[in-house]
Amino acid sequence: MTPAAHGVVPEAVRSILATDCGSTTTKAILIERRSDGYRLVARGEAPTTVEAPFEDVTGGVANAVRELEEVTGRRLLGAEGILTPMADGAGVDLYVSTSSAGGGLQMMVSGLVLQMTGESAQRAALGAGAIVMDVIALNDGRRFHERIQLVRQLRPDMILLSGGTDGGDVRHVVEIAEMLVAADPRARLGAGYALPVVYAGNQDAAAAVRELLEPHMALRVVPNLRPQLERENLGPARDAIHGLFMEHVMAHAPGYPRLMGWTPVPVMPTPGAVGLIIDRIARRDGVSVLGVDIGGATTDVFSVLPGPDGTPVFHRSVSANLGMSYSVANVMAEAGLENILRWVPFPVDEGALRNGIRNKMIRPTTVPQTLEDLVVEQAIAREALRLAFEQHRMLAVGLKGVQQERTISEALRQSAGGGSLVDLLGIGLMIGSGGVLSHAPRRVQAALMMVDAFLPEGITLLAVDSIFMAPQLGVLATVHEAAATQVFDRDCLVRLGAVLAPIGTGRPGQPCVTVEVSGPDMAPASRSVAFGDMALLPLPPASAVARVSAVPERGFDLGAGRGRPVSAQIPGGHTGLIVDARGRRPFALPADAAQRIERLRAWHAALSVYPRGA
Amino acid sequence: MANAYSPGLRVSTRTVVRRERRLPIRGEVLVRVGEAVGPQDVVARTELPGNVQAVNLASRLGVEAARAPQTLTRPLGAEVRRDDEVAVARGLLGLGRRSVPAPCDGVLESVSPVTGQLLVREPPVPVEVNAYVRGRVVAELPGEGVVVEAQGALLQGIFGVGGEAWGALAPAVESPEAELTPGRLRAEHRGHVVVGGAYATLEALARARELGVSAVVVGGIDDLVLRRLLGRDLGVAITGSEDLGLTLILTEGFGRIAMSERAWGLLAARAGRLASVSGATQIRAGVVRPEVLVPEPDGAGPGTEGEVAAELTVDSLVRVIRAPGFGRIGRVAELPPEPRRLDTESLARVAMVVFPEHAVPVAVPRANLEVIVA
Repeated sequence: MTPAAHGVVPEAVRSILATDCGSTTTKAILIERRSDGYRLVARGEAPTTVEAPFEDVTGGVANAVRELEEVTGRRLLGAEGILTPMADGAGVDLYVSTSSAGGGLQMMVSGLVLQMTGESAQRAALGAGAIVMDVIALNDGRRFHERIQLVRQLRPDMILLSGGTDGGDVRHVVEIAEMLVAADPRARLGAGYALPVVYAGNQDAAAAVRELLEPHMALRVVPNLRPQLERENLGPARDAIHGLFMEHVMAHAPGYPRLMGWTPVPVMPTPGAVGLIIDRIARRDGVSVLGVDIGGATTDVFSVLPGPDGTPVFHRSVSANLGMSYSVANVMAEAGLENILRWVPFPVDEGALRNGIRNKMIRPTTVPQTLEDLVVEQAIAREALRLAFEQHRMLAVGLKGVQQERTISEALRQSAGGGSLVDLLGIGLMIGSGGVLSHAPRRVQAALMMVDAFLPEGITLLAVDSIFMAPQLGVLATVHEAAATQVFDRDCLVRLGAVLAPIGTGRPGQPCVTVEVSGPDMAPASRSVAFGDMALLPLPPASAVARVSAVPERGFDLGAGRGRPVSAQIPGGHTGLIVDARGRRPFALPADAAQRIERLRAWHAALSVYPRGA
Repeated sequence: MANAYSPGLRVSTRTVVRRERRLPIRGEVLVRVGEAVGPQDVVARTELPGNVQAVNLASRLGVEAARAPQTLTRPLGAEVRRDDEVAVARGLLGLGRRSVPAPCDGVLESVSPVTGQLLVREPPVPVEVNAYVRGRVVAELPGEGVVVEAQGALLQGIFGVGGEAWGALAPAVESPEAELTPGRLRAEHRGHVVVGGAYATLEALARARELGVSAVVVGGIDDLVLRRLLGRDLGVAITGSEDLGLTLILTEGFGRIAMSERAWGLLAARAGRLASVSGATQIRAGVVRPEVLVPEPDGAGPGTEGEVAAELTVDSLVRVIRAPGFGRIGRVAELPPEPRRLDTESLARVAMVVFPEHAVPVAVPRANLEVIVA
C-alpha cells in the first residue's frame, strides 16, 4: 500500500467528492474509479454562502453537492456533512476542498530591499496562493509612519516578515518588526484573534523578533527564505503560510471550522491548488507549461519552467485587478483603449465603447449578444491576458518545493529585468482557463486569444480547461495524484492543437515557412505560408499523435536555428495547427487603421475565427 | 405605472432600513437606544492612536544601540513637545554634549536596544461617527457604535462616487428623460440632493460642485465625464472614499439613459424632504450599491428591510441592459427552456421579448434583462 497522507490510502479510494468555494460560486465534482481509471462523473454548482446573510460556507457546499445528488441519484450528504466512506451506493470515500471565498488569502510581505528579500518574500506568498496586498521594504520610499498607516489600512490576513541573510546585520529586520508592533495591525476577519505572522528572515534576529512580536501576534519562525544572497529557500515559509491559513484565517471565516471537519485533507487556497496540479503535470510530462486563469475579477498566471540547474521551477503571479467583468474597466485603464481597439477588425465609436465597458463593470453578469460585442470582449481579453503575462514575466514568481540555487549575477539580472526567467521558445504547452477562454463559441477563438496575448514561439501546444476543475484536482493531488492526473488528462483538459510561429521578421508576402502535417486517419497536408499571413492545418483528434515538420526560410527560426528545419510528434486537437507567420521579435500590427483592419480580417478568415468573416 | 430596476436593486416607497454606525476601533457610544437622531448627530466617538515617528538615537548620538535606552532624558511614557530634548550623550571625558530633540509632540513609546531607535507616538486623532440618516437608535454595539433605524423610501443606484451626504431633495429637471445642464442649477441648490434626469454633463456636475450641492442623482453620465471628475480612469468599482466635494449616484448606468419611472417618481414625489445619500459602491462578492434614503417624518417603526426583486416570468415587463437596444422596454412572451444559439454562436438561455416597435418577439439572453415591477 502507498503511504497514507492525512490518513488517505489511495488504493482504497473508489469515489471522490471535491469542491472549490470560489468568491461567487461553489463548484462540486464527483469522481469515480472505473475499469479504465478515475473519471469525472458529474458536476454541480451553487452560489457561495460566505457573505451575509448566510455567513456559512458549508451552505453553498451542501447546495452544490445537492445538485450532484440530483444528477446522480446518489445520496452524498448526511446530517453531519459529507457521507464517508462510501457504503451501499451512498457517500464517497474521500472529500477534499479548496477555497478562495471572501477574497482568498490576502497577505502583506516585507523584506529589507525591495528587489532582493522583498521580491523573494513576494514569491513565497504568491507561490502559497496568496494575493500580495503590498510589499514593505526599507527602500520602498515610504517614511516610518507611512508604513504604519499602510499596515493599518490594509488589514491583511497574514504578514510574511523577511529580510537579511543569515549572519548579516540584525538591526534593519528588527526595525521592521518594531514598525509592526507600533502599527498593531488587526486581522481582516474579526477582531477576536491574533494576526498570524511568519518570520523567515535573518535567523540571528529571530530571538529579537520573537521577543517583540510574540506578545502581540501569532508568530511562526521558520528558516530564512533568503539565507544567502544567491540562494532562495521558499519551501518552509510557504508551508508555514499554508499552516497558518488553516489554523488562523480559515478557522475564523464563516462556516470554515465546520467545513474543515468534513475533510481529512487541509483546505487549500484555490490558486495554490491550481499551481500544484499544473506543476505535477509539467513534471510528469517533462514539458514547460504556461497556465492562465482569467476570471471576472482577477487573472492568475502559472508557469513551470526549467530553473538555472535544469530542474522545473513553479512560478505564479496574480493580477488582482485584471478580469473580464468586475475588473474589466481596469483592463481599459491599464491597457489603454487604443490597445484594445487594435484587435478589433471594424471601426468603433470610442465613447460608446467606454460606456459599454463601464456598463459591463456595473452589471457583470451580462453576456455579449452580437458578434461585434463578442469580438470586442475577446479583444479586451487579449489585453487582460497580455498584461497579466507581462506582470508574470516581470515578477518571475514562485519557487516550489526544492530549493533553487541562483548565482549572484543571476539574482542581480532578475532584479534588473525580471523577464529573463520566461523563455517563450521553451514553453511546450499553454493552458487557458476562465469563461472567456473555456466558453468561447469556437475553440479557435480561445486559441487565437492566447496566441495574440502570449506570442508563443516555435511549436507550442494549446489547451483549455473545460470547466475549470483544476483547483479541485490540485488539492486532490496532495493525497491521490493518480486520480487527479487521470481526471485532468481525460475530463479537464481540452486539447486545441498547436501553434507554429517562426521567430524573425520580413516583408509581407515574402516566403516564411513550409509546414507538413501527417497523422492517422487524415490526409497529409502541406502548406507554404508567407510572412505576415496565418494558416490553419488539420490535426487528428486529441487521442492521436500527429507528425509536424517545418522548414523555415533563411532568416526565420523555429528553435533549431535560422533556416533550420524542425519536426515534432504532437497530440492532435480540436482546432488544428495554427501557422503564425506574422513575425516575432518583434510582432507588430500595422499602424494604419485601414491596413490593420484588412490584416485582422484576413487572419480571422484564414482561421475561420468568426462567422461572417468578422 | 410600470417601472424598471435591476434585480437586486431596491426601489421601495416605504420600508425600514437599519444602518450600522460603527467606529473603526473601540470607543465611546454617545446616544442611547430609543433616542431620535438626525443625520449630522454624532453617535460615537473615539481616538485613533497617533502616528509614530522614529528617530535613531544610536546614529544621532554616536553610541552603541545597546546604550540607547540610557541616553533618554525622560522615562518612556512621558509626554513631550516637538524639539524638547529627549536624549543626550557625551563624548570622551564628558566633553562634546550631543542631544536629540523630539521629532513631534507626543509620548515616548519605546526605545530599542537592538536598533537604537526611539519611537514617539503623536497625539491621538479624534474620530467621530454620525447617524447618517434621520431615525431612531434601535441597538447599541457596546464600545463600537449603534444601529440607526429609519422608516421611509429607499432607492439603490447602480453606481456612485463620493461618500455620505444629506440634504433636501430638489428635482432640477422636469422629466426623467431630461438632461441636467448647468443652467438648471441655481444658488438655492446649495446643500441639496439634486435630482437630474437621463444624463448630466461635466459642466453641470462642475457647476453643482461650485454651488455646494450635496449630491446629484441622475440616470447616467459618460465614462469620459467620470474620468474628468476623478482625474483618472477608475479601474475597479470600489468607491465611496473619493473627495469630490459632491456625491454622485447613477440610477441606470453609463451613457444617456432615462431614469426609470419608478426611481424618478419616488424622488420627485419627495421634493423638499430630507434625504441621506451614499455613493459607496462595491461590485464584488458582497456587493454594495449606492443609495438614497428618504425617511418619513414620523420616524422609525416596525417592518422589514426593503423588498425583493421580482422573478423573470412570462408577461414580465423587462428592460434590456446590454447592447443591442440597451434601455429598451418590452414584455416577455415566452421563456424557452432550451438554450438558444445567439449571433455570437454561444448557447444561452433566452427570453422572447415583444418590444412596442416590433410585432415579432425577439430573443434576448436572460442575463441581459432586468425585471420591471409594476
